[in-house]
Amino acid sequence: MTDFPFLLAMIAVPAVGAAVVAALPRGRELLAKQVTLGITLVVFLLAVLATIAFDAGGDRFQLTTSVSWIPDFGVDFALGVDGIALVMLLLVGVLVPVVVVASWRDTPPGNRSMTTFCAWLLLLEAMMVGVFAATDVFLFYVFFEAMLVPMYFLIGSFGGPRRQYAAVKFFLYSLVGGLIMLAAVIGLYVVSSSELGEGTFAFDALRQIEIDPGVQKLLFLGFFIAFAIKAPLVPFHTWLPDSGAEAPIGGSVLLVGVLDKVGTFGFIRYCLPLFPDASRDLAPLVLVLAVAGILYAALLAMGQSDMKRLVSYTSIAHFGFIALGIFAFTTEAATGAVLYMVNHGIATGLLFLVVGMLIARGGSRQIGDYGGMATQAPLLAGVFLVAGLASLALPGTNSFVSEFLVLIGSFPTVPVYAILATVGIILAALYVLLMYQRTMHGPARGVLLTDDGTAAPGGSTATAGSTTTGGATASGGGPATGGSTATLTAPAPGRLRVRDLGRRELAVAAPMVALIIALGFYPQPLIDLIEPAVAATMEDVGADPGGVEPATTEGTD
Amino acid sequence: MLTAADAIQAPSLSLGALAPLLFVFGAACIGVLVEAFAPRDVRHPVQVAVALVGTLGGLVTTLLLAGDRTVTAAGALAVDGAAIFLQATIAGLGALSILLFAERALDPARSTFVAAAAVPAGSPRDRELLTAERVQTEVYPLATFAIGGMMLFVASNDLLIMFVALEVLSLPLYLICGLARRRRLLSQEAAVKYFLLGAFASAFFLYGLALVYGSTGSIRFSDIRESAGAGGTDVLLVLGLALLIVGLMFKASVAPFHAWTPDVYQGAPTPVTAFMAACTKVAAFGAILRLLYVAFGTSEWTWRPLVYGIAIVSMVVGAVLGLTQTDLKRMLAYSSIAHAGFLLTGVIGFGGGADGQSSGLGGTMFYLLAYGLTTLGAFAVLTLVRDGDGEATHLSQWAGLARRSPLTAAVMGLFLLALAGIPLTSGFTGKFAVFRAAIDDGAWPLVVVALLASAVAAFYYLRVLVLMYFSEPAADGPTVGVPGLPTTIVLAVTVTATVVLGVVPGAVLDLAEQAARFVG
Repeated sequence: MTDFPFLLAMIAVPAVGAAVVAALPRGRELLAKQVTLGITLVVFLLAVLATIAFDAGGDRFQLTTSVSWIPDFGVDFALGVDGIALVMLLLVGVLVPVVVVASWRDTPPGNRSMTTFCAWLLLLEAMMVGVFAATDVFLFYVFFEAMLVPMYFLIGSFGGPRRQYAAVKFFLYSLVGGLIMLAAVIGLYVVSSSELGEGTFAFDALRQIEIDPGVQKLLFLGFFIAFAIKAPLVPFHTWLPDSGAEAPIGGSVLLVGVLDKVGTFGFIRYCLPLFPDASRDLAPLVLVLAVAGILYAALLAMGQSDMKRLVSYTSIAHFGFIALGIFAFTTEAATGAVLYMVNHGIATGLLFLVVGMLIARGGSRQIGDYGGMATQAPLLAGVFLVAGLASLALPGTNSFVSEFLVLIGSFPTVPVYAILATVGIILAALYVLLMYQRTMHGPARGVLLTDDGTAAPGGSTATAGSTTTGGATASGGGPATGGSTATLTAPAPGRLRVRDLGRRELAVAAPMVALIIALGFYPQPLIDLIEPAVAATMEDVGADPGGVEPATTEGTD
Repeated sequence: MLTAADAIQAPSLSLGALAPLLFVFGAACIGVLVEAFAPRDVRHPVQVAVALVGTLGGLVTTLLLAGDRTVTAAGALAVDGAAIFLQATIAGLGALSILLFAERALDPARSTFVAAAAVPAGSPRDRELLTAERVQTEVYPLATFAIGGMMLFVASNDLLIMFVALEVLSLPLYLICGLARRRRLLSQEAAVKYFLLGAFASAFFLYGLALVYGSTGSIRFSDIRESAGAGGTDVLLVLGLALLIVGLMFKASVAPFHAWTPDVYQGAPTPVTAFMAACTKVAAFGAILRLLYVAFGTSEWTWRPLVYGIAIVSMVVGAVLGLTQTDLKRMLAYSSIAHAGFLLTGVIGFGGGADGQSSGLGGTMFYLLAYGLTTLGAFAVLTLVRDGDGEATHLSQWAGLARRSPLTAAVMGLFLLALAGIPLTSGFTGKFAVFRAAIDDGAWPLVVVALLASAVAAFYYLRVLVLMYFSEPAADGPTVGVPGLPTTIVLAVTVTATVVLGVVPGAVLDLAEQAARFVG
């Protein structure tokens, strides 16, 4: 069974599926969605089987496949995973089917077809698997750039009112980063050809060559800027709030949950092992950016009135934690960082999804347009609370484990940064709980008030003009839904026309909530997968694993 | 065996090595005869057939020559790997252009070319002819002559032949630029502008030729190479080289010698623009490569700083000025200027190998092939989108095209992504090849500039994508014509090539790499 090319299948199945779905005739949207869901579930199954076939104590890269692709450039189509990549593949496998179900009843703007949405989604999934599974730097770069195209169309065709601006901004930022990385990729190739006699892009070979420190710094910066834009770290972050806010909910989940992780994944997979000296020399720079991001993005998040922008800013803060963990150079912190990559995908993914459910009901992204939802939609409020608590890393939720590992692991080597980052936790509690409190508690108010014409004329009519109806709004929970409105025809003032979570929405939320709690109490299986790969990386970078040995064992309890 | 003939020895001609040229020029001459003797109603199909047979024959014979390395015609022609690869590229792209010329299904008057070019624009006779199905068929022999000239250009092994080839390829081009059926004044203006500036550039080339001859005493590349390698700083030689470069860069539409490009690209009939953008660029770069690598390969210092600077100017001008364009043909013209700069980064990646082999040469040749096919396809798509006044090339008219015609938009989208150099398209492979060669040669600052210019240029390609896909269609938007067989073939070939050269470029790259050898 281990001979089965899982990784190739995980790329080929969705890629072929995308072509099949795209070829379906117009008007067969239901069939397209069913096929898409089926394919994504197959990919999930493959990811699980790949995890079973993976031996955590075995070689660094497993499930490898390699065929020569462009011999002239020395490029192989080489796939393989270590523990870090594997957990990211699991995350992809979980998130994409959830997104498909969550987008089930979206109506795209301008009578576009959901068939197209599904096709781009599947293509994106193939690219995401490829980018994590590539063990050839050139192949990684190809997936890294090609991934932009489906996401660009997802944002630009199916997003909110300012989707054109957001899509172009997303594409250009990523492209600039990618092109700078391309220069470094070629530079790396040239270095390898002078060191080894023959140019190569194979990760394993590149890892072993000694590069002149000056050249190393330049190459490191080339890769780093690309990843820092992708992740994003603070001075490069301005595209994310726009894209996160304008993308359709499903797109936002994948954008923040997976695509941006390619940046942090790149730090740990490429920057550290390939350029160990430069990584150590320039680590203070990265740490400053990381901690600045944690604090600055948290402050900005508190100031947002748009929920999707707020969640995007919280992610920037979380990416700061991840970068801190990676560049603290201890196995423990880096393990925490990788675990954080998974947990953040789940927690923020759920937060985006639940915000999307809220927007589907009210048609507005503004926090001020909602209030007092908890009394009439307790399930919605409950899921919102769980997602929020997971985001602020409450003990018992999954994020706590990873955040704690990052902080405790970075304290011995970079205490000042660790202490400053701790302040971010307090800020996180503030921005999440304030949003929760304003939308879910207090008196009923906002756009969902039944008597919105008379009771709150100023509030709701003003917002109706200025606020933005999310591009892909679900029709199901909208204010015009017949059944629930009929029962509330003569309400007391202050009643909300709102329906609690439906079965489909529960099916979206339930697995995510389950994961948040399960990984909060028992993260060990994931840590077992991640830790050997992280330890190997730390060995590459020459960090002293001995110095953090006690903490490592303690952290994995 | 001594005879009187020894006194005037006829140069030995290797007919096999000359076969592609003979094929194409032969077809052009037959085309002239057809024009004179064939009755008008059969002229068009016959001309198309002759031109296609000529160019495809040229393509097939070059392919049969693959691997040949000869210097023939008393050392005037070098038929080597690079020449054969570039000749095949020109012949293939030329055949595709001829197909675009032959399209009769799109324009209501059944051709994009004017019925009678000599009739003054706007006169009653002209208005009468506007809807006539008559068409001027001289365009086929003219284009075939131009293709022949281009193929000669890339194989020329001395400066005089190069100059003759330059004129043979240029004169027909000047003419066919003025043959548009619609917007005739714009077209004629383009032809005159191209002619005047082109003549100026030819004069530069000729003056440079004279100075180089004055300095080295020879027009033969191998002799120039020897003198240039042996001598120290010879002002005449360097000055001559600079003038030669100016002449060639003009043809390649490299900034700062690009001023004609946007106007001519916009005014010329779109199939002719496609032809110029694809074939002329290949031919001009073929000549640049041969001049710099063969004649001045041992004195790299004479041209390297100049080309380095020109490459940066061209990339920046193409990328930045392209941002301000509102007409698609002008936009693609600036894109062509930017791409000329990228190609020059490949030229810089010369590697200094004395045996005339370098990764820069192979990479540049691959880039030329990839770019030629993509840009030809992009212009072919432009011919499809029309309103009452011919092609709708204003950007705003393309809004919401994807809704109206998803397939056309998808094809155009692919070409735009390839021009922007997104991976899995031919444009990326080409860029990678030339940038690798340049970095290999230590020119990494140039590559960084090139990458930043790519990012800037990507913005205007994206703008078209945004318009086509994310904008609401305009109420009185253009119609998308159903292409006839010729344009369909062109689109099929270019789309396939753009994808194949992006996804599995190995074989063609290998071919270019093996062909990357000069003799002489």
